[in-house]
Amino acid sequence: MNVIDYLEKEQMKASVEDFRPGDLVRVHLRILEGEKERVQVFEGNVVGRSGGGVRETFTVRKVSYGIGVERIFLLHSPRVERIEVRRKGKVRRAKLYYLRQRSGKKARIKERDR
Amino acid sequence: MALGLIGKKLGMTHIFDSEGNPIPITLIAAGPCKVAQVKSVKRDGYRAVQLAFEVMREKRLSKPEGGHLRKAGIEPMRVLREFRLDASQQPEVAPGDTLDASLFKVGDLVDIIGTSKGRGFTGVIKRHGFSGTASNTHGSHEYFRHGGSIGGRFPQHVIKGVGMPGRYGGSRVTMQNLQVVDVRPAQNLLAVRGAVPGSRNGYVFIRPAKKGPAPTSTSGS
Repeated sequence: MNVIDYLEKEQMKASVEDFRPGDLVRVHLRILEGEKERVQVFEGNVVGRSGGGVRETFTVRKVSYGIGVERIFLLHSPRVERIEVRRKGKVRRAKLYYLRQRSGKKARIKERDR
Repeated sequence: MALGLIGKKLGMTHIFDSEGNPIPITLIAAGPCKVAQVKSVKRDGYRAVQLAFEVMREKRLSKPEGGHLRKAGIEPMRVLREFRLDASQQPEVAPGDTLDASLFKVGDLVDIIGTSKGRGFTGVIKRHGFSGTASNTHGSHEYFRHGGSIGGRFPQHVIKGVGMPGRYGGSRVTMQNLQVVDVRPAQNLLAVRGAVPGSRNGYVFIRPAKKGPAPTSTSGS
């Protein structure tokens, strides 16, 4: 096996939650504030996943007080404690960048059958 | 200069530190290197250790090179490089000895020398960081990535060192003070923080940092 793949495997999480673009997720993030560590939750739609191996990232978009906020997380980062899938979305593309141009009812995502 | 190693750049990835921060690293297949020759003042006029790296087929090696390596009692190897020693330093190695990644340890600072990626004939923006032309209005046209004026009327010649297009890359580049993040002598692996010159599978030379860490400035800005 390629040495880089091998080394990356050591860094990767044993199992990662199964989610896709369009899903509504809650990302539980460990945050260090001074000495104390606490968990922050970021909830929004998955806009896309990118990269592979330990370097895989995913983008979550939410609308906070009328302002769109997108955050990119490293999937295998130890800081990302847990990813909770709240709702599965049915979408027809891999990157949902079109959501940026839409708001309100138009920005809805259909639910995928469970 | 102290002893170093010859290696091969494998590629980049990242690892997480204890706090979960991603650290960009370059992986290097460092060694094993065999000592091909120890040069002395008496015989050669200067002191150095010549290292060989990467075993190859003997048939592929020229006869003088093959003979040179056979004298040291080592296999045919592709890359040879000398590491100079100070007058005070003892060589501590003999021809035929093996050096591997355990020469370095985690936290060490190293300099890495490689051949940068060849970029061919490039313009002035990529090669010298010129800004080009922001807009093309006021009657000018087809003038976006040019260098502008190369001199004035006075000296009647172009001043030396003016940036112009030409061949870029493919030259020897030294990256100083790269931090060693991981060492695995068993797999001949060395991981350093940050980027290393050259393409993947390019040969690199690793030596202990010549200048050490930059003094931390006390006058905070």
